[in-house]
Amino acid sequence: MEYVVGIVSGNFAGKQVKKSGVVDGKGIRDRLRKSVVGVMGLGGLGSAVAVALARAGVGRLLLADFDVVESANLQRQQYFFDQIGLPKTTALEANLVRIDPDLAVELIQERLNQERIVRLSGRVDVLVECFDQAEMKALGLRVAMKDLAGIAYVGASGVAGCDENNLIRTRKLCKGIYLVGDGKAAVRPEMKLMAPRVGIAAHHQANQVIRLLLGKE
Amino acid sequence: MKIICNGEEREERSGCTVRELIASLGLKSAAVVIECDSVILEPADYDRQLHDGARLELIHFVGGG
Repeated sequence: MEYVVGIVSGNFAGKQVKKSGVVDGKGIRDRLRKSVVGVMGLGGLGSAVAVALARAGVGRLLLADFDVVESANLQRQQYFFDQIGLPKTTALEANLVRIDPDLAVELIQERLNQERIVRLSGRVDVLVECFDQAEMKALGLRVAMKDLAGIAYVGASGVAGCDENNLIRTRKLCKGIYLVGDGKAAVRPEMKLMAPRVGIAAHHQANQVIRLLLGKE
Repeated sequence: MKIICNGEEREERSGCTVRELIASLGLKSAAVVIECDSVILEPADYDRQLHDGARLELIHFVGGG
């Protein structure tokens, strides 16, 4: 029987309680604590994925984005008003360590390309594609399927607007490679990214990452 | 000639290239990932002619994230 016991601090049944004060019966948080996840793109998808993984207890995140926080980003991205103008990597790190001071974060402040994606993939247990541009999404998947044997990869396509929730799906393309989204809803002037729906997709991605890390594929 | 794209049969002109197929589907070549006969193609391969009976799986990405 699974159980979770929450206590404030100290020892429980001889086990050292973590800072969070929760003891997990199946050692899930221990396993996640030892995991490394790379998040490519820290916008509406990536920033939400990173927050969810930090809260879930992933121990190390490699965060890649070249961009800075802009005021319009606040409509859907996990940044704050006083972070406008900061690099997204720096701003997101600051927010994540407020959630979990023990989280290890490495920042990659650069535009990714094929070579850099391959290099990043070798350093993580799961790679998450959260790019904004369709061309980069295609590049990421092409690299994952062609160059990265055995990779665990979660991409996304079709997350804009406020169309029906249940059109957002997680689709397995092949072993270890998944694609989240409705495949159709592209961002355009009449259909922007909105926090609720991009959040649905981001949490599909984050949960799929957790499932991959826990060997539940 | 006949090709199969995402499980559906399509009639294409003999000598049709991957690039022409992408264009006929109304897609941008930089935004697609194509597997032809179980091999992922690089964009440099898109001027290759398709053969009769080629089996393709094509994923078209849209922007937003």
